[in-house]
Amino acid sequence: MLSLRHLARPSSCSRRWAHNIPSFSHLNAVNEQDIAHFSNILAPSSILSTLPSVATPADDLAPYNLDWMGKYHGQANSVLRPRTTEQVSEIVKYCAHRRIGIVPQGGNTGLVGGGISLQKEIVLSLGAMNNVRSFDPVSGILVADAGCILQSLSDYIAPHNHIMPLDLGAKGSCQIGGNISTNAGGLRLLRYGSLHGTVLGLEVVLPDGTILDQLSTLRKDNTGYDLKQLFIGGEGTLGIVTGVSILVPPAPQATNNIFLALPRFDNVLPLFQIVKRQLGEIMSAFEYIDRTAYDMGLKHGLGPLLDAEEVGDSECFILVETSGGNNDHDLEKLNHLLEHLLAADQPLINTGTLSQSPSQFNSIWAMREGLTECCQKEGKPYKYDVSVPLADFQKVVDAVRERMISKGLYGDHAISKVMGYGHVGDGNTILPTSEGRSTYPFVGNLHLNVIAKHGYRPELEAALEPFIYEVVGEYLVSPKALGMDVDDMDPASHKGSVSAEHGIGSMKTHALHYSKSDVSIEWMRKVKQVFDPLNIMNPGKVLP
Amino acid sequence: MRPSAVRLLNIFVPIKRAVDYAVKIRVNPEQTGIDLNVKHSMNPFDEIAVEEAVRIRERLKDAVKSIKVVTIGPPKSAETLRTALAMGADSAIHVEIPESAPAPEPLGVAKTLRALIERQKEGVDVVIMGKQAIDDDAGQTGQMLAGLLGWSQATFASKVVVDPEQKVANVTHLMVRIIHNISSHAVNFQFFEEPRYASLPNIMKAKKKPVEKLTTAELGIDLTPRLETIKVTEPPKRVGGGKVANVDELLAKLKEAGISGKHA
Repeated sequence: MLSLRHLARPSSCSRRWAHNIPSFSHLNAVNEQDIAHFSNILAPSSILSTLPSVATPADDLAPYNLDWMGKYHGQANSVLRPRTTEQVSEIVKYCAHRRIGIVPQGGNTGLVGGGISLQKEIVLSLGAMNNVRSFDPVSGILVADAGCILQSLSDYIAPHNHIMPLDLGAKGSCQIGGNISTNAGGLRLLRYGSLHGTVLGLEVVLPDGTILDQLSTLRKDNTGYDLKQLFIGGEGTLGIVTGVSILVPPAPQATNNIFLALPRFDNVLPLFQIVKRQLGEIMSAFEYIDRTAYDMGLKHGLGPLLDAEEVGDSECFILVETSGGNNDHDLEKLNHLLEHLLAADQPLINTGTLSQSPSQFNSIWAMREGLTECCQKEGKPYKYDVSVPLADFQKVVDAVRERMISKGLYGDHAISKVMGYGHVGDGNTILPTSEGRSTYPFVGNLHLNVIAKHGYRPELEAALEPFIYEVVGEYLVSPKALGMDVDDMDPASHKGSVSAEHGIGSMKTHALHYSKSDVSIEWMRKVKQVFDPLNIMNPGKVLP
Repeated sequence: MRPSAVRLLNIFVPIKRAVDYAVKIRVNPEQTGIDLNVKHSMNPFDEIAVEEAVRIRERLKDAVKSIKVVTIGPPKSAETLRTALAMGADSAIHVEIPESAPAPEPLGVAKTLRALIERQKEGVDVVIMGKQAIDDDAGQTGQMLAGLLGWSQATFASKVVVDPEQKVANVTHLMVRIIHNISSHAVNFQFFEEPRYASLPNIMKAKKKPVEKLTTAELGIDLTPRLETIKVTEPPKRVGGGKVANVDELLAKLKEAGISGKHA
């Protein structure tokens, strides 16, 4: 299925972030008069600037100008931290008037450079707006400021026996406004769905300063166009999310997890099918970890959860979480599943473990959630977040590794590791079904991590891009091969995604066309033009 | 003693199902105890005891004949026994008490354990226990049991090396080495080894391992509490601290509080 012929496909642009920062000639940099104006709107503690009138040390601005991976270096000379929506509105109004570019920033945990300034835009951090506005434990509707940290919201609603509908490794730092602006996925999407479904309403400051108050707490409201959907995943390019109304699910009475070692990668798909069938509604997460990632985790002190001898040559690992209403019922289902797996003539698993206590539950999750940090300890990771058929996860990783080997860039001198881990089961089949045929690729969300042991270098990026995007963008089961009628099929309907959940940011603007047709991109531009004709709102992000 | 045929070791490990250590404990509204409607799991020190028993068997192999775990608790405690069986114990005893019964006290537990040990036809050579339960923090049961049995005991052990031929257990108590005779021996542990995760094959095997169910009546034990808890409250809330600008101010504040730099 993987065809390298497609390397011949003309790639319309191969911009590299480091070499091709847009000029933003239509925008102005922040000057002293601007600071003076902001001082009338904001308290002194809400303004950071290296300009002489404020003279904040450059080190204090650094956290706002450097992303979590240390890959994107911003140029902002000023950062504003408003405390109210009205202040945000005043700031934006002024910036529109002065043609100053604005980069809205949440927890700055994004992985695609979406929250970092490109050319001396001003950074507008939501971090100081961190109040919970209301919570109704009966309906489960939470209304909060955009700057609330995800973990804080979890802690707030926990005593009321509710949980946030999303969970990700960055939960201790990421903010809900940012989560929404990037339509963050995470570990619970399989069970609770995406933010497009769980967000009930938004309060947004539009690029002209207008406050769009759609903070509805209604679960059902079919009155007109659902504008909030544009801002969810809009990556701050259409407006700044300042307030959120979100439906949070009840905390499960019983949670358990298991960690399994699989002898062969090919067992993943059949295992998923069996697990899904046997666990049914209680399955709340299904995560994939390849051998390279597992060994890296062990090296950095995650686990060990399994006996090394029993693990043997296992090619990959799976974590399954269950969440249900009754622990006895859930354990019965789990035990039944495990018996079934172990008793098979040719077991799909070598071994595994089932959490016996809350602390083991956490350690098992740590084996997956801790991987991102481990990557940072190994070097500088190039991260690719792609939707590809589950059955081909290993092939994609191997193809990238082989690519680096063929370029002489694989080894301790350059790329020390290529690995994949990610979410399974929150994907979907790419092609429409026809005649009950079940040969359709089941898609998963692969987080491909390519570790540059000694730091980011242009030749490494050149070897990886656009290679990876081409692989993914053309990742198709050829309809012809399946004997399907090609003429009726829209080619865009069966492309993989070059960014399943991380977003586009500044990293993948040039890759957008691999997953979306020119028609789609053109209409996205039109929408952008309607909301932000001056192009001040997070310029240079998302759209090429 | 005349060297006799090596007697295979029977190890006895009492365990307790307690409030999980990660739970935030709250006092119940009646102020008679803590809110028990929270997650429970095996007392972490007992996990270490089970782990050590399994490691002793890994070291001595066939010299260890059996590892038996026992718990005194409500029906749910059976899960805790299964975890221990999945870690490597051979069989279990569950002295079941009603869900609503008050928590057994150390002396009651010790008496029950003595009764159980005396019932064991094959005898018991070593009793390995966790150093304390994290719900009551009593830390008394092991010592009481040794006293009731008239056995030697070593407490707060950090390392145990058992020599079945010499019938000796070398117990390292952190800084102090104690050597004991073991014809019978009660030991109480605080180890630094991580308890193992229960592997799936072992979890499956554990289901088939025997669990004997008993009641305190059958053992002739009365677990009625001898102590009355009058009141349980949270500790007084900490009064906030203050920030100081520099070391001099710190020294000034310390002086104010009556703490001088000079030795008393």
